Amino acid sequence: MRIALAATCIADAMFPQAPKAVVTLLERLGHEVVFPPAQACCGQMHVNTGYLAEAVPVVRNHVRTFAPVADGEWDAVVVPSGSCTGSIRHQQRMVLEGAGLPAEARAATAVAERTYELSELLVDVLGVTDVGAWFPHRVTYHPTCHSLRMLGVGDKPERLLRAVEGLELVPLEQAEGCCGFGGTFSLKNADTSAAMLDDKVANVVETGAEVLTAGDWSCLMHIGGGLSRAGTGVRPMHLGEILASTREAPVHPADREEVSR
Amino acid sequence: MSTFLGMPAMRAGRGPSPDAAPGTLGGVGRPEDPLHWGATFPDAAKAALENEQLRRNLGNATRTIRTKRARVVGEVPDWEALRDAGSAIKADVLARLPELLETLERNVTARGGVVHWARDAAEANRIVADLVRAKETDEVVKVKSMATQEIGLNEALAEEGIAAVETDLAELIVQLADDMPSHILVPAIHRNRTEIRDIFLERMADAPPDLTDVPRELAMAARAHLRRKFLSAKVAISGANFAVADTGTLAVVESEGNGRMCLTLPETLITVMGIEKLVPTFDDLEVFLQLLPRSSTGERMNPYTSMWTGVTPGDGPQEFHLVLLDNGRTKVLADEAGRSALHCIRCSACLNVCPVYERVGGHAYGSVYPGPIGAILTPQLTGEKSDLPYASTLCGACYEVCPVKIDIPSILVELRAREVALAGSAPDAGDRVWKAAMKAASFAMADGDRFRRAARVPRALRAISRHGVIKRLPFPGSLWTRSRDLPEPPKQTFRDWWAEREDER
Ligand code: SF4
Repeated sequence: MRIALAATCIADAMFPQAPKAVVTLLERLGHEVVFPPAQACCGQMHVNTGYLAEAVPVVRNHVRTFAPVADGEWDAVVVPSGSCTGSIRHQQRMVLEGAGLPAEARAATAVAERTYELSELLVDVLGVTDVGAWFPHRVTYHPTCHSLRMLGVGDKPERLLRAVEGLELVPLEQAEGCCGFGGTFSLKNADTSAAMLDDKVANVVETGAEVLTAGDWSCLMHIGGGLSRAGTGVRPMHLGEILASTREAPVHPADREEVSR
Repeated sequence: MSTFLGMPAMRAGRGPSPDAAPGTLGGVGRPEDPLHWGATFPDAAKAALENEQLRRNLGNATRTIRTKRARVVGEVPDWEALRDAGSAIKADVLARLPELLETLERNVTARGGVVHWARDAAEANRIVADLVRAKETDEVVKVKSMATQEIGLNEALAEEGIAAVETDLAELIVQLADDMPSHILVPAIHRNRTEIRDIFLERMADAPPDLTDVPRELAMAARAHLRRKFLSAKVAISGANFAVADTGTLAVVESEGNGRMCLTLPETLITVMGIEKLVPTFDDLEVFLQLLPRSSTGERMNPYTSMWTGVTPGDGPQEFHLVLLDNGRTKVLADEAGRSALHCIRCSACLNVCPVYERVGGHAYGSVYPGPIGAILTPQLTGEKSDLPYASTLCGACYEVCPVKIDIPSILVELRAREVALAGSAPDAGDRVWKAAMKAASFAMADGDRFRRAARVPRALRAISRHGVIKRLPFPGSLWTRSRDLPEPPKQTFRDWWAEREDER
């Protein structure tokens, strides 16, 4: 398949290891990955903070950039983020309709229909749960709110993780509780956000895991920031990074930046 | 409905808050406007977060009820269909509210009741006060009701020299302490047993002097106190969970039986009800009487369901008044995006699952309607600028449990857009900073080339990182680094890496 990658703004600028891992993984599975360079952001931050007018140009750029998927130029768009996928699926059309752009709103729907979060793409579209990964570490999984409730990815990420050779998946207490990131919530309500984070960090530490994984770098940045501040030594890693790791080219939790290829 | 959920055991030795104002028992006091009081949400939340005991109490109570709710909801095979039905009935009610209200008025009147219409809190309070005064009494008993909390009825009656006695245990605790409710269903959830004993000893004249903080003893003291009130009151005031348009029937569901006492013993019954509480037919109650108790107390059925239709000669109150309260509801109704907030049946499930509510409690919301439903309902009812739409991470837990499927996260997003528009007309310093930041981000994020340059900016922060992390940033980054580290930004952005790789090929 030809798969276009929407890297997400935050991963592009701050956590390139996640989109790199997606490239590594999909190429290993025999697919072609395309990165349309005109992309920037899905508009989630602006929409969720209430700046709809400011969201319009951002959303338009995303839809224009990924429109070729609707014409069959690519087979799918993959996004290594549950919340960005949610924004693409549930907010972009609304923003464009609200701005009086019905044709672009239809285009947004067509793009959204072919856009998948990573675990959805792997399990539902490509039909694989065992991606041939090797990652001999103790891992716990945080189901991010938007993956869980906005997308309904269910246990797909866990199924993918369980199929990883050598990986020990340990359950996380109060896993479905929000970590307190919430985008600009973490700044607008910094104290409440920190209180929620404390509980999440305590639950992660309790698992004794080496690595905390999730399908979204924004939540991982938040929880990871808390894990680091508390000096826990638990490493945040994107689901894709774990799935990209193999015996031949292992990814070690301590190597933050380089996904070998 | 109410349960004993609001009486967690005490861990640390903490009675009423030591920094409480003199003469109060550590409550927030009785505000001028029950829909809008206190500090901003972030400030009130910060204060609440500092109270460790409160956080433990709330955490325990909400976890208990969450687990219970999940279990009993899981027993119902057609739960999703019931939610759909509840939502559809409410949507139908809102679509033809004027017609249904007239039907209700006709049927209540035909059965010997009297219907009054109140546009706002002042009008409703006036109507009730006049009705009570006509009965020449200075004490009334009350069934727990959010509508009368919303309009500050007790305070309005007090000004007329009428004492309104709350008969729900938790509501009584709140009233005695001169406090405000902090939960829709369990208004005293923020109190522990020892505080309750202290409140009874200081404020309940007939409390036994040797009262301990054993729940049973507390309940017995309240019971003895209330029994005297039930037997002497000539007038009772209630809210309503439902009103059936077709038959003119009113319904109240509760757990303690105090409601039933109020609804049957006095000579006169006055019900104050928000105009959205209607259902079209008696059959519709079937849906809600399944949805409500499981969602609210986690019970299969609530212990007491009382229904009354007008008056019945020789049985129960011989005079019945229904006050239909608008108080901003028609304004909410007119708003297509926010309208479904009026579906709410006040079950409080959304409060109990809300991670924000769980940490900060109800008073931080500065409204009788706290939690997720409060965050969408309060600003709509008042129409004022509010920070409540931002008091959520949009995690979606509230939408997942809401028995009438109110998409609270989407409404929050709509209301945030409204807040931005309101801020545009009279921006303060904070509004200006946010606007400027959002505009700049919009510019940078609307074009691949611009973003390529913007994405390289964080790299500069590598200069201040130590061992791969940044521990301190200047404002506004300090809001982040106050409690979390920021990982060191990468040497190379993803897109630069990609471009390099493409060139090598
Ligand atoms: S919004 Fe829904 S969950 Fe919350 S109190 Fe109302 S009915 Fe219950």
